[in-house]
Amino acid sequence: MSEVAEKKFAAYICTGCGIGDRLDTGELEQTASRDGRMNVVKMHEMLCNKEGVQMIRDDIANDGVTHAVIVGCSRRAKVEAFDITDIAMTRCNIREAVIWARPDTDENKKTTQEMANDYIRMSCGEIKQMNKPSPSGQQGRNPNVLVVGGGVTGMTAALEAAEAGYTVHLVEKTGALGGHVAQLHKRVPFKAAPVGTPNSPDANLPMPEDTGIADMISAVEGNDNIKVYLNSTITKTSGAPGRFSVDISTESGDTTTENIGSIVQATGFKLYDPENLPEFNYAGSPDIITNLEMEALANAAGDGPIKRPSDGKEVTSVLFVQDAGQNSSDEDRLPYDSGIGDLVSIKQALYFKHHNGDGCDTTICYNNLRTPGAPGEDFYRSGQKNGVIFTKSDVKEVTPGDSLTVKMHDKILDEDAEVKVDLVVLDLGMVPNSGPDPYAANEALEGMSDEERAEELEAQEAHAADENSIKVESILNLDYRQGTDLPHLKHGFTDSHFICFPYETRRTGIYAAGPVRRPMDIRQAMDDATGAAMKAIQEIENAAQGRAAHPRVGDLSYPSFRKEGCTQCKRCTVECPFGAIDEDEERYPQYNESRCRRCGTCMGACPVRVISFENYSVNTVGAQIKECDIPEEWDEKPRILVLACENDAYPALDQAAISGVEISPWARVVPVRCLGSTSLSWVTDALNNGYDGIIMMGCKRGDDYQCHFVRGSAMANERMAKVGDTLESLNLEPERVVVEEVAITDIDRAPQLIQDMADTIEKIGLSPFKF
Amino acid sequence: MSEMNKAMIEQYRNSFLSEVEANVEEGEWVKMCMQCGVCSGSCPLGKHWAHPPQEIFMMIRAGKRDEVLTSDSMWMCTSCYNCIVRCPRQLPITHIMHGLATYAKKLGLTPKNQPTAKFAEIFWNNMMKKGRVNELKLGLSLYFKDGFGPGIKEALRNKDLGMKMMKAKRMAASEFFGGHGVKDVSGLQKMIKKAQELEDARMKKFD
Repeated sequence: MSEVAEKKFAAYICTGCGIGDRLDTGELEQTASRDGRMNVVKMHEMLCNKEGVQMIRDDIANDGVTHAVIVGCSRRAKVEAFDITDIAMTRCNIREAVIWARPDTDENKKTTQEMANDYIRMSCGEIKQMNKPSPSGQQGRNPNVLVVGGGVTGMTAALEAAEAGYTVHLVEKTGALGGHVAQLHKRVPFKAAPVGTPNSPDANLPMPEDTGIADMISAVEGNDNIKVYLNSTITKTSGAPGRFSVDISTESGDTTTENIGSIVQATGFKLYDPENLPEFNYAGSPDIITNLEMEALANAAGDGPIKRPSDGKEVTSVLFVQDAGQNSSDEDRLPYDSGIGDLVSIKQALYFKHHNGDGCDTTICYNNLRTPGAPGEDFYRSGQKNGVIFTKSDVKEVTPGDSLTVKMHDKILDEDAEVKVDLVVLDLGMVPNSGPDPYAANEALEGMSDEERAEELEAQEAHAADENSIKVESILNLDYRQGTDLPHLKHGFTDSHFICFPYETRRTGIYAAGPVRRPMDIRQAMDDATGAAMKAIQEIENAAQGRAAHPRVGDLSYPSFRKEGCTQCKRCTVECPFGAIDEDEERYPQYNESRCRRCGTCMGACPVRVISFENYSVNTVGAQIKECDIPEEWDEKPRILVLACENDAYPALDQAAISGVEISPWARVVPVRCLGSTSLSWVTDALNNGYDGIIMMGCKRGDDYQCHFVRGSAMANERMAKVGDTLESLNLEPERVVVEEVAITDIDRAPQLIQDMADTIEKIGLSPFKF
Repeated sequence: MSEMNKAMIEQYRNSFLSEVEANVEEGEWVKMCMQCGVCSGSCPLGKHWAHPPQEIFMMIRAGKRDEVLTSDSMWMCTSCYNCIVRCPRQLPITHIMHGLATYAKKLGLTPKNQPTAKFAEIFWNNMMKKGRVNELKLGLSLYFKDGFGPGIKEALRNKDLGMKMMKAKRMAASEFFGGHGVKDVSGLQKMIKKAQELEDARMKKFD
């Protein structure tokens, strides 16, 4: 028996939620069986109830149904009820996309029915190209978490994962755990004043507290599930989530290789180099110090007063320069603000009030005082209450001398002032400890002319070849085709969506936490570490079952390619936003299932269309495009193909229908996993088939992207820039194809974009390609 | 070292702030100001002040003793309480302004011919005589505060109002001759004197 003969196709049409009242269900049934050539077509008045679902399950169990189309509501509704994974299944949306999107009037009845019929034909065409996805079995369950960095973030992540029963390998570059926090005298308090604390100058307000790092270190050292590697670095990371192989090497060169399930990178930050700020004269006097050196000074004081480094004189006046080298538009300075510097300076000013007495003058020169976090405002008041003076001013210059002279401009009194103090503390910003950005070289080339490109490439090569040039050391030493470390977003911080998916990076199974991700304080870093540890655990379990990570969590499909068709062009390996594809010895692409997020960007990139998923391919979408009925030209009924991203644009259209916003009857919406998966052939086919317009709806791209696959939408946009040539060769107007950024909240705009296309078509006329 | 330079160096030291905290009513609140400027923006007379409250607080913290105490800004406060209502840090700004004015007056730093200051003095002296305010005399003293000529002019200008008040028995001409007072005037005066002594003793010296 051939494989084709074993397939049995079924369509289940729900007539509930008003579908039966609005549409001619007999016609729907006929469409599914005659046009859709389904072997079984059944109707049910409420398919999502127990009885309806049981009907489908019975057919799978008893009648050998292998492929099913569920006709009814959107794929985003009733997900649990229709969680059918043992056969190939697709959803045909005639509720949100048809009856709810169209007004219930007699004159619209015909076009509404046509829409529903078309969607059924399309889904029946799609299911014939689909197969049941199943995991590759490339990796099993590996309960080992690697944590890189032994600071407060790394230790918290290690403890959290260990407490959940996972084994942790904690790698620290230096000889001791604790990181920056171990160098601190005290920490900014974690808790605000209790509720009901009066707002008065003598209220009991939070004060600097013990860092708690000693307890944390001993908890880590005493935990049987945590293995600590001091004086060690990662010299090689290969494989994929669930089957990473990691070489951990000590300074002396001893290497241990561990099998790892997932990784948390908590490599923290380093302070910005004060030598780059000549106006503050850091090099000019030992009494001009960094915020970290201030901690050491307080530690050295013991129970006595804090003394200045130059001559050991007891400090009677200290001035803090806030945001030194931060929030600057100057090159080589930080364009951002570490955000916590004001809290740190308040804390340090309070050291003086405690050690040197109330008579010690402490002045904080700030521009914008920011004290984030729950205790922030109370801690600010605590500083004020204890006599720390806050002066909104620009510090212009610090001059060394017997005592230091600080020139500033007071911004409240609008006048220049000069003060003499014993000690100046510079509030320096946080620079992430990231590895080299794998895409930095490419990004530097963007928008350059050919000549500039050549020059830049030459300079990059020279820099790489020069033994004396400063190179950023790799942290993970990934042996991925796409670079050794996590890609950056901005200013060296790792790329992940800071709101929507904070710990995810662009390397699946490797999670960033703490100040390597964005500047943050101890409290935030600990929360961050907990989140990243949870993601690491989740990924271990997902990888064990061959399930995808965010955002297609649980997806079992993964890409494969037809080797005989592959031209080894490497486009897929380059365009994959997650570096999931390596190259094998024969120079063919090599997929790593558990690194893959299943966006299909590789599929859209492939010029010879050999990449596909079991249930999502050039053919599944191609069939939907082909099966839609294109009316004859004299019917004057245009057809607009909408390729909508399933993450934002498709839900926006669903929500529009739910909210009663009309959608043009000419639209035929096809959901895509990411606009990045869009094959140029879909556009060409659609135009050849006689569609009058095509709208591609993807997420926002660029630095403040909303693309769930980070670069998918940007890739699609780049590729579609070439669509003009296709249109020209077909002698069609360029307005017929548009790419739009649509957010999930665009419930009025998304239908309007379709209407705009309908208006354009009315103006320029129907496509001449109607056969 | 010149006097000017000395003053400059003393800037941004806590000394004047401590002085205010010790000697000015509600002065301990000054350090809690967070410089948002809502008080200055809320003050209906703010644009007539040389230094609105936010600036006054900053000047105190910057050690500008003379400039603050000889300023007429705090004398401009009409006690509308808008600033107190709006201050996000709940500073009793109105009270601090009056506290500063009182302290400046005590130190003899009030600007010459500051009308509010002058009125306050007239009011106090008037009240202290009989233990209660003699409104007729208070009005007249105000008319004549700038001399005899302007006093006559001002009195004539208000004569109709005065006649009406007499008719309505809101004012009695007999009050001009002595007027009535509290039962034990000398007792009251003793009490006030004692209070003054206590306050003077409490006052810290910052020289």
